[in-house]
Amino acid sequence: MTYEERLQHVSVLGAAGKMGSGILLLTAVEMADLSLKPVNKGKTFVLNAIDVSDEALSGVMRYLKAQILKIAEKKVIGLRAIYADRRDLVDNDEIIAQYIFDVMNVVRPTTRLEAAYDSNMIFEAIKEDSALKVKIFSQISQNNPKQPWFFTNTSSIPITVLDEGAGLGGRIIGFHFYNPPAIQKLVEVIRSKHTLDEVNEFALAYAKALRKVVVPANDIAGFIGNGHFMRDILYAVEEVHKLLNDMSVTEAIYAVNKISQDYLVRPMGIFQLIDYVGVDVCSFIMFVMNPFTKDEEIHSPLLDKLLGMGVKGGQYSDGSQKDGILKYEKGKIVAVYDPLNQAYVPVSQFQSKVDEKLGTMPAAPAWKTVVGNKAKDDLLKPYFARLTTASSLGAGIARDYVKKSKEIGKHLVSSGVAFNDADVNTVLLTGFFHAYGPINEYLD
Amino acid sequence: MKKLRRKVYMVAGYNTISMGSGRKEFSPKRERPGLEDYIKEAGQGTLKQIGGAQNVDECVIGNFMASRFNRQANLAAFFPFIDEGLRYKPATRVEGACGTGGLALMNGIKSVLAETAEVVLVIGFEVQNTVKAIYCADFLAPAGWAANRKDGHAYFFPGQFSERAGAYFEKFGRETTRKGFARWYRNAIENARLCPTAQEYHNTIKDLEAAAMVEPNAKAFLENLTALDCSKVSDGASAIAIMSEEGLKRCGIPVTDAVEVVGYGQVAEDITKPPPDKTALTTMRQAVSNALEFAGINIGQVATAEIHDCFTVAGIMAVEALGLAEHGKGPEYVIAGNTARDGKFPINTTGGLIGWGHPTGGTGVHMAVTLLEQLKGKAGAAQVNIPDDRPYGLMANMGGDDKTLVAIVVRK
Repeated sequence: MTYEERLQHVSVLGAAGKMGSGILLLTAVEMADLSLKPVNKGKTFVLNAIDVSDEALSGVMRYLKAQILKIAEKKVIGLRAIYADRRDLVDNDEIIAQYIFDVMNVVRPTTRLEAAYDSNMIFEAIKEDSALKVKIFSQISQNNPKQPWFFTNTSSIPITVLDEGAGLGGRIIGFHFYNPPAIQKLVEVIRSKHTLDEVNEFALAYAKALRKVVVPANDIAGFIGNGHFMRDILYAVEEVHKLLNDMSVTEAIYAVNKISQDYLVRPMGIFQLIDYVGVDVCSFIMFVMNPFTKDEEIHSPLLDKLLGMGVKGGQYSDGSQKDGILKYEKGKIVAVYDPLNQAYVPVSQFQSKVDEKLGTMPAAPAWKTVVGNKAKDDLLKPYFARLTTASSLGAGIARDYVKKSKEIGKHLVSSGVAFNDADVNTVLLTGFFHAYGPINEYLD
Repeated sequence: MKKLRRKVYMVAGYNTISMGSGRKEFSPKRERPGLEDYIKEAGQGTLKQIGGAQNVDECVIGNFMASRFNRQANLAAFFPFIDEGLRYKPATRVEGACGTGGLALMNGIKSVLAETAEVVLVIGFEVQNTVKAIYCADFLAPAGWAANRKDGHAYFFPGQFSERAGAYFEKFGRETTRKGFARWYRNAIENARLCPTAQEYHNTIKDLEAAAMVEPNAKAFLENLTALDCSKVSDGASAIAIMSEEGLKRCGIPVTDAVEVVGYGQVAEDITKPPPDKTALTTMRQAVSNALEFAGINIGQVATAEIHDCFTVAGIMAVEALGLAEHGKGPEYVIAGNTARDGKFPINTTGGLIGWGHPTGGTGVHMAVTLLEQLKGKAGAAQVNIPDDRPYGLMANMGGDDKTLVAIVVRK
């Protein structure tokens, strides 16, 4: 089966979810683009958007239309060439409208899992539940005579577990998009012990067509992205605990969040990132990873405790941040959750006191001036030199944090999760928008 | 030289801000004034200077494509909205694509010449930010021959001028020509920074020529031009009054406040045919030559010009069409600084279409307002030197790809 034949019949499971809808969009566009090639004239391309909720599927169709419009507007120069023989389509807006129809026309929203029984390949983006994934994969596999391939978006479950559990014989690969899939350039590709070469080859071709940056990771729970992120969280929580001799828990969370953003020149602080991903999601990823990590406890009682109090984070459907460990107003952090009193404490109550304790911060470049800057080393090297010599409490914590992040990165390589240092850095640079990779020599 | 049967003056110019990307106060997401607001502001701006609506005999409004940008036609009927005093007065809407403003002026001039009016209120406007640039391209495409649209570029007009730029590169050399474009861009922005109503008034790019020398990207936009080679999408209106001597008297305006129209050239070329020479604006050359001949002067007697630089390449070719440089020598002439505000022949002293903005149907009127301000020493920070022995200003307003042209010569 060629690349194009494989993509003629596809299903996305969990298509109305945050990740699933993005995967659906990208795949629909790729399939429609194939269908519009002159050689494919007359061939049908079918993409089942499968989810449990009709309501959510209706929402995802609206999302698709809005996103395809944006995509079409961006590539209208190319679309005019594609529709050159359609003499009835003259203005850009006519061409754009036709393209939206042609992409939408590939998609079949349904709540019936049976639709996947005809598909050549299945993208899976349902919840991170190993048993549920195994059950669905084996059900489809048993009822689908085409021996379909499974592309799972799991960010933490070993692929071999799914492969063997569902009896797929290597017809599976980890294809881990970052959130949101339509925008994030990074894809982690993870082979199970048995993944067939042709599945891997297809995965790379598909990623290339989507213009994604591929980082291969070994099949060890958490892979590279969450392998770093979860340990980064645990370290941050540890730092919070260390500060408790001298500060309240809200103050310590504020301090570590600030250091991990401003001092580390990251796009957001660690606790804001947890809120962005969702406290529940982070806690769950740890829960999934933990059984697979030997000699190491990937588990945060603090996160579980917060979750138990209903502190969840995550985003509203318009993409704005929900309150979590931190409270937000127009995207700005205004308060920190206090688990002792189960209430938010305004940052204004303690900000100046904590900032004073942390001491004078060495002048740091803003993340947005560094990221994407070709001469970023010219900004970062002098900054880290200043950080090295600064004697304040904040600078000390920051230095340890940078070193720990590097240690985590190195550990991912030495434990065989990542193939090399560069892959670890690519994941953090591309998937987490860091301004520099964790494995660096800035503090050596 | 021809003699007009009576003297015709232009006076009481007014420009709104040219609004669009580049202006600090502009946001595509925020609600913005509508076309009626622009028309009203410009119209009232001129009426205030001429003693009110009761002094007006006739009205002309120029607009290219409000029918699509704003879903609005029948624009002549907006004059009573500007001022109740204009109710029941004769009003006309004219259209000639980006040359609309020039045609509006010509209508006013002819009414005064025909003695059907002593005072004509002329407005030109376009409000284009109602849609994204990619749809703006659709709405502006009818300035060319509709039969060519299907096979044209997504950005149809930029595509046409990119082709012209390509032809010019091939014939006269790419490197020098692109340097000429870059200098043209620099002049436009430097001038716009001196004019508070200019769209590029807030432009802060440090090295303008370096920015303009970035290579074009055919996949993202055009083969031979970058975004900086193009005028932007603008909302704006300009107004001016055209009067006889009697009209000036009626309004109590001393003749020294007005510029006199001493020549014009109005020329049309076949829209269904490709340009005879892609490297030259032959129709503009004809219009300018007619206007200068009409006025009985040569280009050497002109102090400053407002010319239709919808694209840098059009600006370069216009320099040649005006007779300032030989065919093929436009880039060198511009690179040498001749057209800069302190040069031998300052052009587009408030930024032109690239710097001030290009509200398509308003551009011709804006040119006349700028000449009026410069010749009367009222251009504020943008004022250039007008030598006593060169008391003339020239404008050349172009509709479409060198199709509908108006050139006008005015005297201080």
